[in-house]
Amino acid sequence: MFVELGHFCLILALFVTVVQSTVPIIGAARRHLGWMAVGRTCALAAFLLIGCAMAALMHAYIVSDFSVINVIENSHTDKPLLYKISGVWGNHEGSMLLWVFMLSLCAAAVAVFSANLPPALRARVLAVQGMIGVGFLLFILFTSNPFLRAATPPANGHGLNPVLQDPGLAFHPPFLYLGYVGFSVAFAFAVAALIEGKVDAAWARWVRPWTLASWCALTIGIAMGSWWAYYTLGWGGWWFWDPVENASFMPWLVGTALIHSSIVVEKRDTLKSWTILLAIITFSLSLVGTFLVRSGVLTSVHAFATDPARGTFILLLLLAAIGGSLTLYAVRAPSLQGGGLFAPVSREGALVLNNLLLSCGCATVFLGTLYPLFLDAMNGPKLSVGFPFFNRTFVPLMVPMIIALGIGPMLAWKRGDLLGAMQRLWVAFVAAALAALIAYYVTTGGPVFAIIGLALAAWLGAAVIAEWTERIGLFRMPLTASLRRAIHLPRAAHGMTAAHFGMAVFVAGVSASAFDREAIEVVPLGGRLQVASYTLELQSVDPVTGPNYRAERATIRITKGSEEITIVHPERRFFTLQQQTTSETSIRTNFLADLYVALGEADAAGKWTIRAYYKPLVPWIWIGAVIMAFGGAVSLSDRRWRVGVAQRRRLGSAVLPAAGE
Amino acid sequence: MRPLILLFLLLASPVGAVEPAERLADPALESRARGISAELRCLVCQNESIDESHADLAHDIRVLVRERLLAGDSDTAATGAVVARYGDFVLLRPPMKPATWPLWFGPLALLIVGAGCSLLWLRHRPQAAPAPLDDAERKALETLLREDM
Repeated sequence: MFVELGHFCLILALFVTVVQSTVPIIGAARRHLGWMAVGRTCALAAFLLIGCAMAALMHAYIVSDFSVINVIENSHTDKPLLYKISGVWGNHEGSMLLWVFMLSLCAAAVAVFSANLPPALRARVLAVQGMIGVGFLLFILFTSNPFLRAATPPANGHGLNPVLQDPGLAFHPPFLYLGYVGFSVAFAFAVAALIEGKVDAAWARWVRPWTLASWCALTIGIAMGSWWAYYTLGWGGWWFWDPVENASFMPWLVGTALIHSSIVVEKRDTLKSWTILLAIITFSLSLVGTFLVRSGVLTSVHAFATDPARGTFILLLLLAAIGGSLTLYAVRAPSLQGGGLFAPVSREGALVLNNLLLSCGCATVFLGTLYPLFLDAMNGPKLSVGFPFFNRTFVPLMVPMIIALGIGPMLAWKRGDLLGAMQRLWVAFVAAALAALIAYYVTTGGPVFAIIGLALAAWLGAAVIAEWTERIGLFRMPLTASLRRAIHLPRAAHGMTAAHFGMAVFVAGVSASAFDREAIEVVPLGGRLQVASYTLELQSVDPVTGPNYRAERATIRITKGSEEITIVHPERRFFTLQQQTTSETSIRTNFLADLYVALGEADAAGKWTIRAYYKPLVPWIWIGAVIMAFGGAVSLSDRRWRVGVAQRRRLGSAVLPAAGE
Repeated sequence: MRPLILLFLLLASPVGAVEPAERLADPALESRARGISAELRCLVCQNESIDESHADLAHDIRVLVRERLLAGDSDTAATGAVVARYGDFVLLRPPMKPATWPLWFGPLALLIVGAGCSLLWLRHRPQAAPAPLDDAERKALETLLREDM
């Protein structure tokens, strides 16, 4: 019964979002407050209804209701509870439901937290969100319905792909989707602004927190996915420029550009139409990303033919969303006049450079991901585009980006002093030179690019800290005074420092991966293996039984010199149901380097293949990403975003003369 | 989305990469073989190099590369032998030819066009003169200026 209830809720939600996407926007055009207010009610109702649908499907998974086709195909009674729940979004239909649930969550959040928005703008934003919702709900109900029943329920399900049965991957899709869908708010604001023909500082101030929140979620989501790849793969790769990864990386790149360009709109009232365009592109790429992965086009352009209904629907939806918004942009954008003037060398100029490089970077990833598909569709030669391409095109674009990132925040608005900024950054020059020298002496035979990368990371890290200490006046005034300044500094400033510093940490982690050491040996029980300065001794391999798998569990003692460091237990798991083997690697980290051990197959003589890697600074890749997201969150906590708070306060002090405003 | 899932659907076992038995005795040759392998695609996998893949085909190509190197081939010749058998699709670094020019030169062209447009915009954008002050603002300005003095 729950399943029918969920199905019914989803259909009801479709009707509610149809109302949400039409009535408020007509109300806004006719200045009818009652009609505009419908948007808020509908958004909340749709959230409740889709939430019920989501809960119903989750319930079906938890109780293993094998009368539902979706549950049969993706679940099994033996599965641990966590993976029964994450199985809900571990498949096409369920993930689409999660997507639309996130969308309704965002719309409801806009409805609740936008009391300070002009009613017309709020109505239009909610209407645009409603339109996206209608498209997705139609898609789910007509082509990917997770609530369909099976005529004859089997005794048990097919289970979930073993590689998806992992805690890291269980929460990867929700974060990623929250990021993708969160950008729909910026998109809705952009379209609403185009309809109104007005973009001002207030608009930018409303959009920024939403963009920032989505960006944080996307950063975490991508980092989780790459971390999962790192510890599951068995050899420690963490990013492959795989089309599926690129699909999530593109919205991240443009979204990062969007965060920065909306600062310029807010502070300097210029770059308006560019920012609107970025908001549209960011969400469009999120849509493309969702569908690229979901439609199967990436494996082959001919995948569309296997399910033409889905493929056609996806194309129509993309066409309507992207084509519609870009047409509106083409018609309305020329009327958006920018005000603030600035010299090329200025904070604004640096942000323009940031936008240029990030957009070009995104275009490069787009080209590398879709050009082979395009050639294939044109019956051209079949191509592979892998890491060597991106290393030669994308990475060179990011080098000037990192250099400029150190200088940009040092420049003043309107007209900056480049030479002065460079002089104040002497610490960063010293740090970069030192890092290069140290890297050169400590490592042997690493590629020169890795040393340049480490120098860049040191440059950025030192520059960020130099800017921060300068801002709070450290070393220039008494400690208590600079502490006071640090407290009174807007949180957004601290957030920027943290996020940029996270980038420096990330760059260091990426660059140092060139200095990996590896040892792959066939080892008998009691045998030894040497990697970097560590000795690994294979003590035993024992059979273990898990809830839905059997495993071989190795016991490996790690020593450095005569001192025992630790004992690790890498495993090979065999999932009987799917007849698939996965690997549980053991990673010993001290946050400066990882010692990575994976157990391979046994040969006829009972010797085991052991793969051991020593990976300096690799944990910094994810630590950097987490610091970036943390910076975003700190910035998000800035009270300036809660414009309502400031307004209420102003109302309270309205009797006083408005001095000092 | 969940990266690499497609990749794993096609993989027999996730612990990939070179098998100890395949390796060449000469470390210099072996490191050249690793370098070549990293840029060759495993044809039955999703965007994975033969150096990372555990598929049988990847194993065959790894062995082929090593055989060519042992026979005294240069890196290019060894790669060429693989391309001759499996086509350009095997190269993770797409070859430079007219069909791939948009791919290879696209990013640079975009950067140049983008930079040009930004510069043009910076130079020639409509210099909207600030709106003239209205009476109330002028009065406020005068008060401020007087206070300053």
